[in-house]
Amino acid sequence: MSITQEMPEQPAEVRIHNFEEVALGYTEEQAILEAERCLECKKPKCVEGCPVNIDIPGFISSMKEGNFGEAIDVIKRTNTLPAVCGRVCPQEEQCEQLCILGKKSEPISIGRLERFCADREREAGVKDPVVAEPTGKKVAIVGTGPAGLTAASDLAKAGHSVTMFEALHEAGGVLIYGIPEFRLPKAIVKEEVEYIMKLGAELKVGYVIGRIKTLDQLEKEFDAVFLGTGAGLPKFMGIEGENLNGVYSANEFLTRVNLMKAYRFPEYDTPIKRGSNVIVVGGGNVAMDAARSALRLGADEVSIVYRRSDEELPARREEIEHAKEEGIVFRLLTNPVRILEGENMAVNGVECIKMELGEPDDSGRRRPVAVEGSEHVIDADIVIMAIGTSPNPIIFDGSKGLEVTPWGTIVVNEAGMTSLEGVCAGGDAVTGAATVISAMGAGKQAAETINDYLSK
Amino acid sequence: MAYKIIEKRQLVPDVHLMNIEAPDVAAAAKPGQFIILRIDEEGERIPLTIADYDVDKGFVTIIFQEMGKTTKQLAKMASGDELQDFVGPLGKASEIEKIGTVVLVGGGVGIAPIYPQAKAYREIGNKVISIIGARSENLLILEDEMKAASDEVLVATDDGSKGHHGFVTDLVKELLDGDEKIDRVVAIGPPIMMRAVAGVTDPYDVETIVSLNPIMVDGTGMCGGCRVNIGGETKFACVDGPEFNAKDVDFNLLMSRLSLYRKEEMDALEGSKKGCGDECKCQ
Repeated sequence: MSITQEMPEQPAEVRIHNFEEVALGYTEEQAILEAERCLECKKPKCVEGCPVNIDIPGFISSMKEGNFGEAIDVIKRTNTLPAVCGRVCPQEEQCEQLCILGKKSEPISIGRLERFCADREREAGVKDPVVAEPTGKKVAIVGTGPAGLTAASDLAKAGHSVTMFEALHEAGGVLIYGIPEFRLPKAIVKEEVEYIMKLGAELKVGYVIGRIKTLDQLEKEFDAVFLGTGAGLPKFMGIEGENLNGVYSANEFLTRVNLMKAYRFPEYDTPIKRGSNVIVVGGGNVAMDAARSALRLGADEVSIVYRRSDEELPARREEIEHAKEEGIVFRLLTNPVRILEGENMAVNGVECIKMELGEPDDSGRRRPVAVEGSEHVIDADIVIMAIGTSPNPIIFDGSKGLEVTPWGTIVVNEAGMTSLEGVCAGGDAVTGAATVISAMGAGKQAAETINDYLSK
Repeated sequence: MAYKIIEKRQLVPDVHLMNIEAPDVAAAAKPGQFIILRIDEEGERIPLTIADYDVDKGFVTIIFQEMGKTTKQLAKMASGDELQDFVGPLGKASEIEKIGTVVLVGGGVGIAPIYPQAKAYREIGNKVISIIGARSENLLILEDEMKAASDEVLVATDDGSKGHHGFVTDLVKELLDGDEKIDRVVAIGPPIMMRAVAGVTDPYDVETIVSLNPIMVDGTGMCGGCRVNIGGETKFACVDGPEFNAKDVDFNLLMSRLSLYRKEEMDALEGSKKGCGDECKCQ
């Protein structure tokens, strides 16, 4: 059985000095060779593994004949953000995990093929989309991350008048402020947003719902509302020294770097501290992104401090491998207990404790237990907390009757409808921090629900 | 989106007033709230307190002092120019209620954000005594406006060129020692001034409110950069504030965090002075 095509990449020693994309994408020849491995199963498991149910064998079949235009059309029937998904979806846990080829050899690289089709179309010029007749119904989309963008595009395609509200000055949510340029170039996000605008959607940036307009006001002005406000409130550990100068939330660090382009300071006006010894606390994709960004900003040593072992790291394996190749130090089974203060209330190190794994906890992962007497100090001048986020309550200010859980997530039924009629929600605002594609799946579901609701 | 500057004037050296066309922001604005603006694509996002707003005419007034690169660049802009972003209103509105006699203390550009509060407190029937201060008479802003909005206005200047020779805190103490019952003090200005006011009012058991201005990026609770310590708890000034009870505020932490990018700010200012001629608006 033929072996999967490897993706060409920038060599580690080169890429740690720039913010350009790490993975370079398949050549046309590679794309066809990889596509030819697909067995086009009668009952394709891969489609079941995709939260937006892309017709995977369908688009790969077109690719085999070199018909990339047709392939992207098939993808876009269900997915408006293919260039994004092809780069940041955890395919190995979704479509690719269920690929029959994976049983004997390696699964087909569905994500890389999707990326190829999207990039190919973008280079050739994106076709204008077909939109349904106007329905005369108005829908508000609050938040323009993956959930909001997906809901907006499906609703615009259905002919509704869609207005997207974004609190930051650029649409894209986490795709813009969170995921670094070297993993997802911002130009690509911008083009995917522009495509949604071509569908007729309107975009208002710098528009904070909950402040400039309440949800109640939106409900009066629009026939339906979708809340895709994400989980943007950063969590901290609550340990001593957490407010010292040099302690960042991953959100702040990444927002400065990605959205505000602090890595190009002083050409861009937003500053960022470029540490010598940087510690990133956490083991998810956000932690990897923060660590690799800090390295590119010129740190001498960047460490990931994670309280469980390598096996439990929640980040994508590909990103962990990329980080290791780049020289990020992994201090596993280690947990910070306090941040040490140096001159001028600045960070001067982190006291950590060794951990060992006990019995599984509620999450099914083995519970880390501190090893008594194993405290030790790691040098640090920058500490980045990447231990998760929770939904931001600002949207609920001035809204009556929206049911939320004690954790601040919005309660919805299986169709994505909230306790308020005509108001749907989806993505991290409902589930808590999760993946781009699951948010897109929720956006899609909500769009269907809103469509049904508006056609009543 | 672009936000037009419809009026700009210098109030005193280095302090400017701007009216920005932003009807939706004006319609939602309340005293105590702030906006975040960005001049252009390369610009940083800076928070500024709302000094006034006109719902009918659809504009918001900001008053700022030239400090770093961005405020200096802003000062070079003129009526008709446009800002790239003008986000707001952000933060919680002040809790303006009828409580009796309120002392409003404004220092330097801090007089700007107390002006809408003076109007609002007085409108609902409070007695408003305002104490405004500056280093010198020629740096004092909004004196006439404050007189119109207050029952009484006291002035302090560091050099004695106008009013009381000394700090606003002296006048606060005099009032507290006087016969009149003071029900609340609101102090807005440099952190060092707010800390001093907090110190003066502390023994008197008078509710004292300050407005904090830490470094922030998004202003919606997302970055956590504006962390402040309030009564031992970490709060985000952008969503939990910007106003807090003065006695709970860790001013040392606030001041230390405000100085975080001092070196970068100096570098940016130096950098922007090089290479540009006088016509350039970046300085």
